Amino acid sequence: MSNQSSVERSTAPASPLLSVKQLRVDLPVAKGTLHAVRGIDFHVERGEMLCLVGESGCGKSMTSLALMGLLPRKAQINADCLNFDGVDLLTVSEHERSNLRGARMAMIFQEPMTALNPAYTLGNQLCEALRRHQLVSRKAAHDRALYLLKRVGISAAEERMRQYPHQLSGGLRQRVMIAMALMCEPDLIIADEPTTALDVTIQAQILHLLRDLQQEFGTAVIFITHDLGVVARIADRVAVMYAGEVIETASAQALFHAPSHPYTQGLLRCIPTPSKTLPGSRLQAIPGVVPSLVDKVEGCAFCNRCDHADERCYSTPPLQTVADRHLSRCHFAHQLANPATINAQEVTL
Amino acid sequence: MWAFVFKRTLIALSVALTISVLCFSLLQLSGDLALSIGGPEATAEQVEQIRTDYGLDRPVIQQFTSWLWGAVQLDFGRSYYYQSDVMDLVVERLPVTMTLGVMSLAIALFVSIPLGVVAALKRGSWIDRMAMAIAVTGQAMPNFWFGLTLIILFAVKLQWFPAAGSDSWQGFVLPAIALGYYATPAMMRLTRSGMLEVLEADYIRTARAKGLRTGTVIFKHALRNAVIPVVALAAVELGFMLGGSVVIETVFSLRGLGQLAWNAISRNDYPVVQAIVLIIALFYIVLTLLADILNAVLDPRLRAR
Repeated sequence: MSNQSSVERSTAPASPLLSVKQLRVDLPVAKGTLHAVRGIDFHVERGEMLCLVGESGCGKSMTSLALMGLLPRKAQINADCLNFDGVDLLTVSEHERSNLRGARMAMIFQEPMTALNPAYTLGNQLCEALRRHQLVSRKAAHDRALYLLKRVGISAAEERMRQYPHQLSGGLRQRVMIAMALMCEPDLIIADEPTTALDVTIQAQILHLLRDLQQEFGTAVIFITHDLGVVARIADRVAVMYAGEVIETASAQALFHAPSHPYTQGLLRCIPTPSKTLPGSRLQAIPGVVPSLVDKVEGCAFCNRCDHADERCYSTPPLQTVADRHLSRCHFAHQLANPATINAQEVTL
Repeated sequence: MWAFVFKRTLIALSVALTISVLCFSLLQLSGDLALSIGGPEATAEQVEQIRTDYGLDRPVIQQFTSWLWGAVQLDFGRSYYYQSDVMDLVVERLPVTMTLGVMSLAIALFVSIPLGVVAALKRGSWIDRMAMAIAVTGQAMPNFWFGLTLIILFAVKLQWFPAAGSDSWQGFVLPAIALGYYATPAMMRLTRSGMLEVLEADYIRTARAKGLRTGTVIFKHALRNAVIPVVALAAVELGFMLGGSVVIETVFSLRGLGQLAWNAISRNDYPVVQAIVLIIALFYIVLTLLADILNAVLDPRLRAR
């Protein structure tokens, strides 16, 4: 079995870098079990930028922590398949897992202000990842760190190496985090809302930087965000999450031009555009609230907020293929994918 | 960093001056010194004689400045009781108290930090509960009673260590355990809560995301940050051990500063009392200063302030 998969890996470069099937993450809470991630499927190709979009609490961060093996100890993880470049992440030992972490899959976190250890210099924290995974000299690690600091746009890099995190602004710290993630040239970087805590101008710079580096180093990136504006700027493919499920996956283009799930359509309508939004008019919002994920969710999780919902929606909708590599978890997916319907909706705006 | 040290030193000096004023005025407030030196049988003339001999008839400000000027030059006058230089008495006793204090602190640190770390890592386990039990017992038990128990067990029954005296290092073992155990609970609890807090920090998740070994994550990334408040507490505890070892020194008949202070108080030997109070206070100040500097070494964020 393992033999076969390794053969597959070498002979078929087309196999995805990461494939996730029916991933579930359950967390025990005071009132029962929180089903944070409820059977999601997606894959990441080598060198592509996949955006995982959804509002807070939809299970994006839990998914990323599950992939990294950094879930809280009490969390339970299940999946039919969790395969990273031929390695089964479900059965791998903690030791092998930690050999992957930082070396072949790295992570960038949301809060650059607290993600760096205040007690050590940046140089120290940059070099330790490389020296943990590769037999390199102090000098070589230092040079690599210096090169990457310059590459992520930090001036006076030599001096910064000796500085402590509190001496840097949030934007600079996030650049350091990006450099740190690149230290071992990983195949996959998981960026969990890396720009959310930053100023808008800094956000744009960091997005550009990530996109450039991703293309330069050929690194695959899972970019987690709640901001569709960000998605439009950087994504190759998008997976939209709602209430612990992936409800729509498509290429970025297809998603923005032919969204086929009512939630995705709602999200797109919520983006205020200067030309369409009249002064004084109300900003669009999706009415209602996300269902509680404690205990079982029956049927379509979005149906209580959906304009299209009818009795069919009490049964769980299957993932439907609306176009090539474009899937939607909605009973009405084909109707919604029909451009005529979309146009009609835009008119009502 | 040097600006930080300089600023802290200035603050320490002003605290020291304030304490010297307080320490002098407290004795002035404790009644007519000449009367209590003379004792109940002294006649009015004898009391007057004492007053002029000891310079107690001078204005208070003058008495204070001459005492402070002496103190700066390490001259605290002569003991009323021993009829020798106060400084000689102190210098003779100081090594005993210092040895006891440092040994006690070493024992306390050696026990409390590992125990606190393990209790935090194995939260709710039997070892955590055992550490909790040790902490509660240590805080509740009077240390003279614990000292006596140690004497009965290890000096009388097992005869491993001498019951009293400060002639050899063995004599310090039991009192250091008794005094160190008293300081252990607070330091252990602080290490435990510090570790629990730090282990939840984002930078620990970052360290794990880098694939670092568990040992590196715990000892390099977590403990370094968790131990910062413990350093400050340890300095205070050492100050307490130097000043508050009166009881333990009495129980184990150690000829230390605590014993001298106790004798001086019961004999109205004011120059000695004043000197000891000031010296202990100065120790506190120096220790706090050292703790501040050590904290700044451990936590670079403090250096900027």
